[in-house]
Amino acid sequence: MLKLDKECRIIRKLILKTIGTLGVGHIGGSLSIVEALVVLYANHMNCDPQNPKMAGRDRLIVSKGHSGPAVYSVLARKGYFSEDWLLTLNQPGTNLPSHCDMNLTPGIDMTTGSLGQGFSCAAGIAKASKIRNDGATIYAIIGDGESQEGQIWEASMFASQHKLDNLIAFTDYNKMQIDGTIDEICALEPLDAKWRAFGWDVVVVKNGHDCNEIDSAIRFAKFSNKPTMIILHTIKGNGISFAESAGVDSHSMQVNKELLAKAMEELEKAIID
Amino acid sequence: MEMRQALAKELDRLMEINPNIVVIDADLSKPNGLMALKKKYPERAFDVGIAEQNMASIAAGMSSYGFIPFINTFTPFATRRICDQIAISIAYAKQNVKIIGTDPGISAEYNGGTHMSFEDIGVLRSIPDIVIFEPVDTVQLSKAMPQILDYNGPVYIRMFRKEISNIFSKEEQFSLFSTSNLQKGNDLSIFCSGLMVQETMKANEELSKIGIKADIINVHTLKPLDKPSILKSVKKTGAVLTVENHNVIGGLKSAICEFLMEEYPVPLKSIGINDKFGQVGKIDYLKKIYKMQAEDIVKAAVEIKSKRKN
Ligand SMILES: Cc1ncc(C[n+]2csc(CCOP(=O)(O)OP(=O)(O)O)c2C)c(N)n1
Ligand SMILES: [Mg+2]
Repeated sequence: MLKLDKECRIIRKLILKTIGTLGVGHIGGSLSIVEALVVLYANHMNCDPQNPKMAGRDRLIVSKGHSGPAVYSVLARKGYFSEDWLLTLNQPGTNLPSHCDMNLTPGIDMTTGSLGQGFSCAAGIAKASKIRNDGATIYAIIGDGESQEGQIWEASMFASQHKLDNLIAFTDYNKMQIDGTIDEICALEPLDAKWRAFGWDVVVVKNGHDCNEIDSAIRFAKFSNKPTMIILHTIKGNGISFAESAGVDSHSMQVNKELLAKAMEELEKAIID
Repeated sequence: MEMRQALAKELDRLMEINPNIVVIDADLSKPNGLMALKKKYPERAFDVGIAEQNMASIAAGMSSYGFIPFINTFTPFATRRICDQIAISIAYAKQNVKIIGTDPGISAEYNGGTHMSFEDIGVLRSIPDIVIFEPVDTVQLSKAMPQILDYNGPVYIRMFRKEISNIFSKEEQFSLFSTSNLQKGNDLSIFCSGLMVQETMKANEELSKIGIKADIINVHTLKPLDKPSILKSVKKTGAVLTVENHNVIGGLKSAICEFLMEEYPVPLKSIGINDKFGQVGKIDYLKKIYKMQAEDIVKAAVEIKSKRKN
């Protein structure tokens, strides 16, 4: 997985450039899902950058839609659009808004940003694929803070009721939201037991920044005959020291020229190592 | 001072004297500037997490026990996301809950289309008994808060949360249920609200230069409308321009039209979002593409003045 680790560092650089060019953005929650995105697009997603709307393709719904910059970086590397697009984040007329938009960005399968809704959309897509019998796998990523929305649990009951074993979801369990840590605001534990009680298979990935661990979890989920929740223990702002040390405040941050340059240097070094 | 600072200051002052006030957040306490209240009043200021529907009905429950909850989030989540909870747990059940929504309309800026509420006033205006208030500046917001508290029933406070230039002076009278006059004139009536008041005053400098003297009225309370003062102005001018940071369907224009069509129909034009969705961008850019700049206001004012009734 050395190759994927290197790819993750490249993606972090792109995220930084994307947000740094604008000067502000959702950096923490973008950095915590880098490994999951990289593993998905490298090893699992059946999709075609030349034909983003290909019938029967696997789909990814990033329900925590504010992580757009991470998704865009991965899609650009995959060839959905040129890396230059990343520099247009939130600029006039851009195809890359803060929150994922299926009508603006090639490769985005659902419009998200109002937390909770994307997960129900994913359940609907998984149900539709079942009826069409097209063999697609539907992936979804939700936030831990987002998991406080009742809609998440409504969707989870629907998915188990309808035996949506083609639905594989990830919780980005970075333990943080905007106003504080998850434990301070509204704790989720025991999270794995909750999902099991809702009729899902659960895989707990102890290090959500380990590509191998994520890959095995997805392979397990594909064999499960239930919808599967992969709980990724992650770190908000992972891999870039100023973001990581900001903790909760990394959610949306100003990234000025000096910070950008320093972090780039840090990542550059990591890529050479 | 930022609007959110004025809000926090006033809530703090009122919480000190009134033990029934509670402040409830849904993980946007930080952007809304209310974190300090949670420290100072740990029992009465708390976060429910990202669960707006839950927040609205929890507030209704607390209200039924004699508390006066102020619930806080961004405008789209404070209205369209929790419309049924507001309609049933709060309004229909006659509970005394105050709803604070920040980042109205184009002020959601980089949060883009999903966070840009152009319909929130429309959503709530058709639910009975809800007072809808959109403050223009920190002076107006601070003066309104005690009156909002005194009103026994649901109030929606649709507010910009950052720094904005003050339009009103501390000495001016303010009444929640009356409009505020910004300039007396006879050539046309301009009814404006929220963020667009500053833009209207900018347009007014141009209008003055070309000899147009408008009756400029800030409709800070969109429901209930201050009908007598609106009628009085329109009877004098015979033409209306509405200026708002909202879809022209369902907001200020609609409210004014609904009233005037029955009472005293006159030619009318409007500035606002022409039934479009939001998108990412800074306020100035969005004003430009949605045609909400001072120059658009000037043009519309000149045009409608030429069609005036009397
Ligand atoms: C319905 C809704 N409520 C509130 C928000 C504002 N908001 C955006 S991100 C966020 C925090 C998300 O926390 P989490 O799900 O843990 O995401 P992460 O830590 O991965 O960034 C909030 C409250 C929103 N986008 N949608
Ligand atoms: Mg989180």
